[in-house]
Amino acid sequence: MRRYFLGKVLQAFLTLVFVLLFNFVLFRVMPGDPATLLLRGTSNFNPDTVEQVRADLGLDKPLPQQFLTYVADTATLNFGESFFLRGRPAREVIVDRIGPTLLLVGTSTIVSAIVGLIIGIYGGWRRGSAFDVGSLGFTLFVYAMPEFWFGMLVLMAFGAGVGPFPALFPTGGYDTPAADLTGFAHAIDVLNHMVMPFFVLTVAYLGEYAIIMRSSLLDILGDDFVQTARAKGVREKQVLWQHAVPNALLPTLTLTLLSLGYVFSGAITVEWVFSWPGLGWLTVQAVEAKDFALLQGLFLLFSVAVIVANVVADLLYAYLDPRVRAA
Amino acid sequence: MRPPPIEPPIVAPPVIVEEAPPPVPPGGPGKIAWARRRRSLSRSWRVYRKNVMGMAGLLTLILFIAVALFAPLLADREALKVTCECNGPPLSPPSIDFPFGTDNYGRSVLALTIWGSRISLLVGLLATSVAMLIGAVIGLVAGYFGRWSETLLMRITDWFLVIPFLPLAIVLASVLGGGLFVIIMVIGVTSWPSTARIVRAQVLSVKTRPYVERGRALGATNWHTMTRHILPNVGPLIFANTILTVAIAILSETTLSFLGLGDPLSISWGTILEFAFGGGAMGGGQWWWIIPPGLAIVFVVLAFTMCGFALDEILNPRLRER
Repeated sequence: MRRYFLGKVLQAFLTLVFVLLFNFVLFRVMPGDPATLLLRGTSNFNPDTVEQVRADLGLDKPLPQQFLTYVADTATLNFGESFFLRGRPAREVIVDRIGPTLLLVGTSTIVSAIVGLIIGIYGGWRRGSAFDVGSLGFTLFVYAMPEFWFGMLVLMAFGAGVGPFPALFPTGGYDTPAADLTGFAHAIDVLNHMVMPFFVLTVAYLGEYAIIMRSSLLDILGDDFVQTARAKGVREKQVLWQHAVPNALLPTLTLTLLSLGYVFSGAITVEWVFSWPGLGWLTVQAVEAKDFALLQGLFLLFSVAVIVANVVADLLYAYLDPRVRAA
Repeated sequence: MRPPPIEPPIVAPPVIVEEAPPPVPPGGPGKIAWARRRRSLSRSWRVYRKNVMGMAGLLTLILFIAVALFAPLLADREALKVTCECNGPPLSPPSIDFPFGTDNYGRSVLALTIWGSRISLLVGLLATSVAMLIGAVIGLVAGYFGRWSETLLMRITDWFLVIPFLPLAIVLASVLGGGLFVIIMVIGVTSWPSTARIVRAQVLSVKTRPYVERGRALGATNWHTMTRHILPNVGPLIFANTILTVAIAILSETTLSFLGLGDPLSISWGTILEFAFGGGAMGGGQWWWIIPPGLAIVFVVLAFTMCGFALDEILNPRLRER
């Protein structure tokens, strides 16, 4: 177990080094010198100032030294200054946006996992029933649709109000800025803003869980121990909930854990559609402003979250299923 | 970004049901092999034809491909231009002249959607080809040669699998500057790892089979063994995987274009949605501007997915109805 644990952690560490290298190389080979990009459009854009900025950014040093500086900076969470929010450290900008993203994507991940699980269990148990066929069709449809498109439709129907649909919810943002609410009233206001993006994300994520749960339940139901349970005369309900479901839960649990790694980066387009001031919208803003310092920091954060979630999922899996450890 | 894509299950090659050995056709071993492959193909097709989901997907696909191919017959290319005289009043709801209404320049949304199918399908197919090429080569080499090349290649594969796909694609596309070619390469370069893994797993099982050993004993080179014995056996698997990857590639193109990383001059379903979003179609309630390109994406992706699942069911005996 210890060997397994160390192996996984080492692997994750290597992946992280890869990410750092990638981040470093990519943002240095890109067309257009960062110093030029930074100064373009400002009044003091001339060769001297470009040289000055290059020196400030450390771009005149040899590459290995630049890399070490980059690693040291990253280790101390110094991501450099954001271009488009001129002068603000990228880290500060990112930290500001973490809360809203966690709130929105975290809750919708958990709710969609639970609802998806239940749909998957009922579908798999009554394979071929109207419910199963209906939920499979729905799942496929949701899988095939871009989440931001669904978001646009929901926003149009219930935010702006079109035809028969009433405009029920605010069309975007995190809260009502002018209202200056505090405490409970503020929480209600935020929830009110969250309803639509939450709904969109939950529906968009549902399918994955339902499909995984359904197929793993079907796998388990074909196993011998289920037949044994039935042969012993165990009630059908008990066969499902006490024998089949606990064993079928494992893959879904892993998927949920892995998805939690995507909490930061999971809702890039949906956050943008609903102007939800989280990391996703920040990413779009960074792309539009060509703010590479910010983009670099965001990419690192997104990757680290996923790497950590992967390690946790691996370890939990090994803990719950001894066969994995032995392999 | 949705949670990590479901990795398609590892597909075993079709089980060859021993039939009475057909009369040996005249000609060399190549001819015999091809005759056998043709028989196997027509057997798979017979099974596929009975699969309702697969046939529905296939018909939808044929319809969309026909629309893309015959776009010039269905809608005048001029209608894509902002300055075209054929344009109607801006943002007019569906009418007889403009069945899907018009956008903020008065362009016919129907014409945009028809022409958009070309770019969307093209990017999806080309990006998938890139991904399949990379994935197949890496999987083959890693599986066949093993040792350090396997360790190294699988490390790289794992890295690409772990790194969140959409942020990676966004970062790559925005650093490289966007545009059609960049988008194709970016999607291709980020979506090969699951193929590489599946191919490698299959190669590992195929290369231990007796006929490969027999070939080697007869003096077959690595190249011959790989291209004549291993590749044909991994082929169906790569094909099934391709179909599923196209669906993901089309969705990715849509997302990247929506984020403004596509080519603003070539209309795809993603760019139409980007324009609609930027033009405030939601606030204005111009549903006819949003629904057609979105539904087109849904149907095409659905069609590819259904074909992929159906193929999977045929090629993977484990999945057949118990």
